[in-house]
Amino acid sequence: MNPILEVRDLHVHFDTVDGTVHAVNGVSLDLFAGETLGVVGESGSGKSVSMMSLLRLIPQPPGRIVSGSARFRPASGDLDLLSLGKREMAAIRGNRIGFIFQDPMSSLNPLLTIGDQIRESIEQHTSKRDAQARRRAIQLLDQVGIPDPEARYRNYPHQFSGGMRQRVMIAIAIACDPDIVIADEPTTALDVTVQAQIVDLMNRLSADLGIAVIWISHDLGVVAGIAHHLLVMYGGTVVEYGAVDQLYAHPRHPYTIGLLGALPKLHVNEDELVNISGTPPSLFSPPQQCPFEPRCPWAFETCLNSQPPLFDISPDTGSRHASACWYDLDRDKPRASGQPVAEWDKEDATL
Amino acid sequence: MTDTGNAAAFVRVRGLKQHFPITRGVIFSRKIGAVRAVDDISFDIPQGETLGLVGESGCGKSTTGRSVLRLYRPTAGSVTIGDLEISALSERQLRAERPKMQMIFQDSYSSLNPRHSVAKIVAEPLIIQGHNNAAQVRERVQQLLELVGLEPEHMKRYPHEFSGGQRQRIGIARALALNPQFVVCDEPISALDVSIQAQVVNLLVRLQRELGLTYLFIAHDLSMVRHISHRIAVMYLGKIMELARYDELFQNPMHPYTQSLMSAVPIPEPEVEKSRSRILLKGDVPSPANPPSGCVFSTRCPFATERCQREVPQPRQLRPGHTVACHNVDDPAVAEDIRLSGHKIVSSLQDAASSGPDRVFASALPGGAS
Repeated sequence: MNPILEVRDLHVHFDTVDGTVHAVNGVSLDLFAGETLGVVGESGSGKSVSMMSLLRLIPQPPGRIVSGSARFRPASGDLDLLSLGKREMAAIRGNRIGFIFQDPMSSLNPLLTIGDQIRESIEQHTSKRDAQARRRAIQLLDQVGIPDPEARYRNYPHQFSGGMRQRVMIAIAIACDPDIVIADEPTTALDVTVQAQIVDLMNRLSADLGIAVIWISHDLGVVAGIAHHLLVMYGGTVVEYGAVDQLYAHPRHPYTIGLLGALPKLHVNEDELVNISGTPPSLFSPPQQCPFEPRCPWAFETCLNSQPPLFDISPDTGSRHASACWYDLDRDKPRASGQPVAEWDKEDATL
Repeated sequence: MTDTGNAAAFVRVRGLKQHFPITRGVIFSRKIGAVRAVDDISFDIPQGETLGLVGESGCGKSTTGRSVLRLYRPTAGSVTIGDLEISALSERQLRAERPKMQMIFQDSYSSLNPRHSVAKIVAEPLIIQGHNNAAQVRERVQQLLELVGLEPEHMKRYPHEFSGGQRQRIGIARALALNPQFVVCDEPISALDVSIQAQVVNLLVRLQRELGLTYLFIAHDLSMVRHISHRIAVMYLGKIMELARYDELFQNPMHPYTQSLMSAVPIPEPEVEKSRSRILLKGDVPSPANPPSGCVFSTRCPFATERCQREVPQPRQLRPGHTVACHNVDDPAVAEDIRLSGHKIVSSLQDAASSGPDRVFASALPGGAS
């Protein structure tokens, strides 16, 4: 099975007055049809920038997509998102690939009714007009769990609560039956009880409609409940990738291990949380070493001299797992050789 | 840790109310109307312990922290810190007592003056309280920076030169400058990244142990509150719904709101997330400007009865050191259902819990030490 989205070696820079920020340094990922891919990282790890640049949603300038490819394979074809023209991109965005942003208040227009904003997307990309578009919009509102959709259709965003607004954003994102929805921290601005509702809704929708979801989050807890695969980012690079069960039980990158230890558990007592001393790297200089080296207890010479590629460390069970670390945590010694993930045989992939 | 039910309380709050009047442009939440931010709450904190105050946004937890320190003048109720009745003091008397009680703020950007150097920020409380000997002040500042894990050469730098975690350390150093006994931590880690959160929490725990501090720790993250607190109060719309020791609360959540909160907190274990029992609440938190009649949780409570909409439930102690404000937890009609739902949530968490990742981060190794 070919992935529906295949990103290879994406580099994104931002030119600022203080110098060039190397925001994304060689991100590769595979997204399979119908699966949910969690993208986790701290602020500045490049998780949002890399996903948004796929849709050309970063401001250019100062942003600059330096290199990379992003093959997108909807039912209708096979194209490289990064080489599309403006018009072709506009036909994909919001149509084949929907998106949900973190803050539903600033992503909805306060001067237009909810109904008009959903219809805008429908009329832009489909042949539905007037009553037909209206019917579709009301059906979408119903689908995302807004009670009394007929009446709510005429409401303005300020008449909705935060959770309801995020539901409207989801309705817009799925309005044209997209192949992929990119959700950028969709629950970060919400309270936990509302977050649970939205997670539940997205889980249901992606399963029912067969949408592949990229769920960007800083919270390893949230993605544990929704993602099939997980991509952990640090300093603009992918440091670990794998099936969730595999990755949470057998993390093989020091950063992931530290992150899991730094989270308090609701159901287990811990004496002390893991202290990952230090701070994330400055992105002003191009990476020449492992970005996590200054904070890593396992670091050794090689880590200082070259940036590790993603090594394939998939277990025999068939699930995928890769870690960008020069130290082999399975054998507890520096890695002699390994198979970089680019060599992966795609036929082996299982969901 | 001893049972705190009988121990003498260091901080005593009784019937605290903080209402904000109906004026346009009131600072709090920019809401227009009579906002009952905090509505008749009582709790004790024994010396050297941490009370975690947890709830969703708008439930009044930050307001409680500020009212307790008299940053607002409470509408009603009394606050006693040590043997001092705070709510009755005049401004002048209050200033003299300020050194005892300090606050750590959530947003380290807006709570540190960008035009002041770190030395000046940390020294400010000392100077306000009349410590005039420059050499002594300097020495104390240096000592404080060391205490919170900053270097002496940081003294000359300005807030923008620091990362979020370091800035929070500066805020902690300032709060500790006057040797306070009671510190209100108002979401001190919410704005920080996960790996930095752990650093700051570990620091707060260490400082409590070394200096015998009493904390009121305000947060929305139930897991973090459990980690740092001795006792936990769960707030909803200006009321305390449940208050118990941390282990008791998580073994035996009695209030339906606590149960739903516990079931909604994401847990970084895929097995737990797949199999756990959940209560999905409907809708959002109602506005505190127009709270529901009777029990404020009745509009979202899966167990609500007609009585809940009429009568305000009072906090009652139903188990040792465990108070709950709910009519139904001992009402024969639904009590068993509520108990079972809590039991299911707790046991589904524990049953699926694995031993965690098979590798742990060796933060004690050379180079990894903090």
